[in-house]
Amino acid sequence: MKEYLLYMAQVHLNFRRAELESLADLGGISLDFASYDPESPFWVVQLESDDQARALVKRSILTKAVFEYWGSGPDYESLHRDVQSRPGYDERRIRVAQDSFKFEFENYHGKHKRDMSEKIRIIDGFQYLGLEGTIDLKKPKQMYTIIEEYGRINSQETTDEPLRLRFGRHVQTSDRSAMDLLDLKKRPYCGTTSFEAELSLVTANIAQVKPGTLMYDPFAGTGSFLVAGGHYGALVVGSDIDGRMIRGKGANANISANFKKYGMEGRFLDVLTMDFTHNSLRTGLPIDTIVCDPPYGIRESIKILGARDPEKFEGKEKVMIDGRPSYLNRDYIPTKKPYSLDALLDDLLQFACERLPLGGRLAFWMPTANGENLETVIPLHGNLELKYHCTQEFNKWARRLLVYINRGPNYHGPTNTGVKRSSKAFRDHYFSNANR
Amino acid sequence: MKVLTTNFLKCSVKACDVSNDNFPLQYEGAKCQLVQNENIEFNPEFMLNILERVEWDAVVRVVSELGNAGLPTTKPELPADADQLSEEDIIILRDLHTLLIQTSITEGEMKCRNCGHIYFIKNSIPNLLLPPHLA
Repeated sequence: MKEYLLYMAQVHLNFRRAELESLADLGGISLDFASYDPESPFWVVQLESDDQARALVKRSILTKAVFEYWGSGPDYESLHRDVQSRPGYDERRIRVAQDSFKFEFENYHGKHKRDMSEKIRIIDGFQYLGLEGTIDLKKPKQMYTIIEEYGRINSQETTDEPLRLRFGRHVQTSDRSAMDLLDLKKRPYCGTTSFEAELSLVTANIAQVKPGTLMYDPFAGTGSFLVAGGHYGALVVGSDIDGRMIRGKGANANISANFKKYGMEGRFLDVLTMDFTHNSLRTGLPIDTIVCDPPYGIRESIKILGARDPEKFEGKEKVMIDGRPSYLNRDYIPTKKPYSLDALLDDLLQFACERLPLGGRLAFWMPTANGENLETVIPLHGNLELKYHCTQEFNKWARRLLVYINRGPNYHGPTNTGVKRSSKAFRDHYFSNANR
Repeated sequence: MKVLTTNFLKCSVKACDVSNDNFPLQYEGAKCQLVQNENIEFNPEFMLNILERVEWDAVVRVVSELGNAGLPTTKPELPADADQLSEEDIIILRDLHTLLIQTSITEGEMKCRNCGHIYFIKNSIPNLLLPPHLA
């Protein structure tokens, strides 16, 4: 085993461990979280090889990069001592000594930007490494990275000098740049309910969306999770009861246009105008992953097919237009009725345990309370293991990502489906709070 | 709606689940407009994975309704590993890619063979919603 340094983004701290753990599991890598500090952007882990480090970090959104760990210290003198005294130093050094290289500086919390002469002075301090390859600033074979960690004095100021230095050989940059690539601001089609790129990609990672598998989003809206799933190589299919949403605004501003822009048209199967609770995906179709953001009732109320007042619709099926029942008209719009979030989530859990393979994951978002008294209870199904619940806080509310693993009928986990879990409609609470 | 999707859709009416006739839906070739998008890239490994999920009999049936009777009656036997694909295998996969992924039904109707309900495909999007008496 060798030591690797993970350099993580200092955002969405509640989601970082779940993402790393899921990617490790996906790559068959065992990671010991005993030394993991949820507050720190740095973590030294034991891994077998560079290949393993690459497999772990390649898809990560909340990690920035992974380095073969060479040493650390509070100042350069101690860093150099540590680098030269750590076990395996010579082996690490000699293996790459002939490769072309360059040095890189990373700066955590610091405002101080080192100029070229300062950088050269610091790089010269590493001469003892005996790197004999040529310096290549464009395509070096090896990148040696110095991460300077500055201290925070208050919310504005940071220390003039770094508090800690870490040094390593760059192994793999993460997929964090995908959040720029898929940024909503640059997306041909999105709407008010579109899920931002960063957390939709993190969701796809925690859900372990795999290349060449089938991912389904039953509340697709403008298709944010479909894009994230497609980015990780799955064939994606979505549905939504609201046809306007998935239709978009013409050929250049719809979900298919988004996939075209990202060069992954082949991974977009279709979006269907469909009520999730009256599902048309054939029984027996293996769905590998389900990822979604169900309607909470804030921006969009929860509706399913059926008449709110059945008496009003009695006999309507006999109405004829041009010799054909009106409900078989091409432009017929069926009536919908309100439904509760609890019932919808019960249906979702039941669907997941019927359709996912054993070990397959269901990941979805739901609102939670924000220090207020309103409780939304996490739904549980006996066949599904609740693997993660990660909370994202906003100003006036919060939501959580719930991730379940299908364990099959022999699992017998706790269950609370079929009961009324939340006492008050989330929508009422949200607006009463906002108007205060 | 891609031709592949016809292989994933059954009738939305729950009462039809007890019948074997709710999948595949029936496509009336004369009413279906087909469009081909040649820009969608071919990826043999991806196609292999997709084929695992396909009910071949339903592909044959639907594709012949859409006017192509040339498909073999049994699913082509292909190696599980993309590295072992022969040139002939690649040709088969490429044809299936053209048929299942590149070809879309932009306008059309699909009908449940059990209850007779008709669903429309409009602007390439199938509408599987139901009137209240069927929901």
